[in-house]
Formats: sequence, structure tokens, C-alpha cells
Amino acid sequence: MIWKIFLFLLLCFVSIAGITFPIVENPQRWYEFPFIKGLEENAKIIFFHVPTAWLTVIAFFMTALYSFKYLRKKNLDDDAKSYAAAQLGIIFCILATVTGAVWAKFAWGAFWSWDPRQTSIFALLLIYGAWFALRSSIESEEKRATLSSVYAIIAFVTVPFFIFVMPRIMTGLHPGSADDTNAGPVIDFKMNANMQLIFFLSLIGFTILYFWMWRLGYKSLIYRDKLNKQLLIRG
Amino acid sequence: MKSFALFKKDINSELRTRYAINSLAMFVIVTLSVILFSIGNETISESLTGGLFWVVIFFTSMSGLSRVFVSEEERGTSLTLQLIAAPATVFSGKLLFNLILVFAMNTVIAVLYSALFEAFIIRNFLLFLVSFIFGNIGLAFASTIIAAIISKAGAKGTLYPVLSFPILLPLILTSVQLTLFSIDGTSFESAQFELAIVVCYDVIILTTSYMLFDFIWKE
Repeated sequence: MIWKIFLFLLLCFVSIAGITFPIVENPQRWYEFPFIKGLEENAKIIFFHVPTAWLTVIAFFMTALYSFKYLRKKNLDDDAKSYAAAQLGIIFCILATVTGAVWAKFAWGAFWSWDPRQTSIFALLLIYGAWFALRSSIESEEKRATLSSVYAIIAFVTVPFFIFVMPRIMTGLHPGSADDTNAGPVIDFKMNANMQLIFFLSLIGFTILYFWMWRLGYKSLIYRDKLNKQLLIRG
Repeated sequence: MKSFALFKKDINSELRTRYAINSLAMFVIVTLSVILFSIGNETISESLTGGLFWVVIFFTSMSGLSRVFVSEEERGTSLTLQLIAAPATVFSGKLLFNLILVFAMNTVIAVLYSALFEAFIIRNFLLFLVSFIFGNIGLAFASTIIAAIISKAGAKGTLYPVLSFPILLPLILTSVQLTLFSIDGTSFESAQFELAIVVCYDVIILTTSYMLFDFIWKE
């Protein structure tokens, strides 16, 4: 219970601070954000866009991890865990794509420009979509769990290629890209201390939120399976 | 040598029905003519032909490469195969068959394509050949393991390109880049990084699919 109250307060603080704190040229007081050239007022979306992209990757990792566990132990609970992780993953993936596209429209002038990271998130969206399509085509529970686990692992080993391949093939717009000329990652050089603090609080808050939602998700899936089995035995 | 026997069996049954070969050949013609019709009298740039080349290859592979495993399920012979051979044997036999099929198919595509598109001029032929070979190997590896998954799942036809595309995306993007390099006449040394990526992709996909095939096959 105390965790939930803490999380509620944390996310309230992050949302209010992220939206309302003013951006000024020379930040003096604790609640003022610095003016970042090229980002201006758009910079505030970083508190919500980066955590969603981060959680997409975390969810993808969790899906692959529990798929691996399922293949080793053949325990259907692990399948429920990877399914719950992927369900959240596709939600955050869509959110990251949409918030990123909105930000790109104002910062770079177009909703979509096939920047390396945009391509990677698009590939993740495709993988999640394919994974759910595969799952919905199989009736038997064990078969569905095995085949989707195998697919999740195969998809997981190909993802690192995007990190290495993309920056070579296409020019990057995100900070920290290989051909980025204006002073590297935003987080290190251009944020001041309070902006960094809220950024990392937001990351922590969203990560806790993710794990809480994931726990609720897989528990309800496992209980549903148990109830179904009991009903079958009685009926 | 059992996997070679399996490969010979596949070749024989394929030569008897010619299902995969016919559908692949027709698909090459259909895709190429769709592209030619849509271009019409326009002249397309050299860099576009490199991308379109891989579009033809991707869609053609998606039409016929799932046959190796789907045909076993359709004829109901997969259980017999499970009894007489170990999963690794089955996998290597099927992989060999798909490799031959991919190489034959893509050679035909490359020849037809360079004959039909005048803008498709390869300036560094060695680079094109090496990238073509490694690209084909990766394509065969990835499509074989996805074909195994598809054959065990219910919906066969439509799901195959959906599942394959995200897996093949790194390979296709790098291969398109390499084809562009060979059209531009870039030297072999400056394309080493991309070639290394394709080789890494081949090795990683082969290892993972070899390890995971047991789980699919026993299902």
C-alpha cells in the first residue's frame, strides 16, 4: 500500500513539475528549467517520451527473458508473464511512437523521417504486432506458448543489429547519434540539475508503474487460467 | 549423412510436383512486371534499383520458402519424419534445400533484373557477389526457421511475411546498402563493416535457430 501512495505522489509530482515549471534563459530558482537551443518549450516532452521508449525496451527484454524461462521449465505461468510484459510493451511502444512523432513535428519539422531510432521503434512495433498475430493464430495453450517463445527469442537476438546497423545507414537526428555535431547527449550537457532530477524521477516512477502493472497483468492471467480449469473440472 | 538423404527426398518430391519452383518462378515474373508497369516510361535513378531489387527478392522468398515445412504438415508426414530422424538432421536437411532454392531463385532474379533495368549497373562486381552470397545465406536461414514456426501454427499463408519481415529487416537494410555500394563502385575495404554485419547476422540466426528448432519440432 505504501508503495502505491509513494508511486502516486511521485508521478503526480513528475507530471505537474514536467508540465508547469517554466523554461527561462538563466535558471536561478529551483523550479526553473534552462533554455536549450533548438528545443525550447518542446524540451518538456522529454519527461514523458523517454520513459515510454525505455519501458518498450524493458518490456521486450522481459518478454524474451520469460520466453526463455518457459522453454526451460515448460511452466505456463512464465508464458503468462511474458504475455503480460508484451501487452504493456505494445502499449508503451505505441505511446513512444506517437509522442516521438509529435515531438519530431515540432523539433525537426516532420512527423516521421526514418531516423535510426525511429526505425528501431518501428521495428519493435512490427515485432510486437507479429508476435500477437502469431499468438492469436494458435488454439492450443502449450503450442502457443512454445511457438511464441521461440519467436520472441529469435526476434530478440536480431534487435541488437538495429543499434549497430542503423546509424551507419541513415543519418541520425536524435542527440547522441554518430554524426551529431551539436555537443552530444542532451542529458549530460544541457540539462541543469533540477531538470535531470525530474527526468530521472520520471524514469524511476514509470519503471515502478510498469512493474506494478505487469504484476497485476500476469496475476490476473494466471487466476483466469486457474478458474477456467476449475470450471472445466466441475462442469 | 541422413540430412543429405532428407535433402534428396525433398528434391525428388519437389521435382515430382514442381509446386515451389513454379510458384517462385511465376512470382518473380509477376513482381518484376508489376514494377515495370508502375514505372512505365519514367527513368528511375540508380539508387532506387538497388532497393527495388531487394523488394523483388523479399516478396518472392515469402511466396515459396515456407513450402519445406508446410508441405510436411499438409501431407501429414511430419510425425513419420519425427520418428526416423533427429530434429537437428531434419533441420539441416530442410536448410540445405532452402539454401539451394534461394540461390537458384535469386540468381534468376539477378539475371532478369539486370536485363530489364538499364539503370541497374554493378560497378564493383566482387562486392556485389560477396554481399549477394551472404545475403542469400541469411535469407535462407531466417526463412527456414520462420517456416518451421508457421507450419506448426494454424494460419499459414498470410502469417509468413508478417513474421519474417521484422526478423529479416536488419539483413535487408544492410543488403540494400551493400547493393548501393556496389552500384556506386565503392571499394571492398570501405564496405567491410556492412559485410561484417551480414556475416554476423548469418552466424547468429543459424545458431539461434539450430538451438530453438528442437522446441518447435517436438510440438
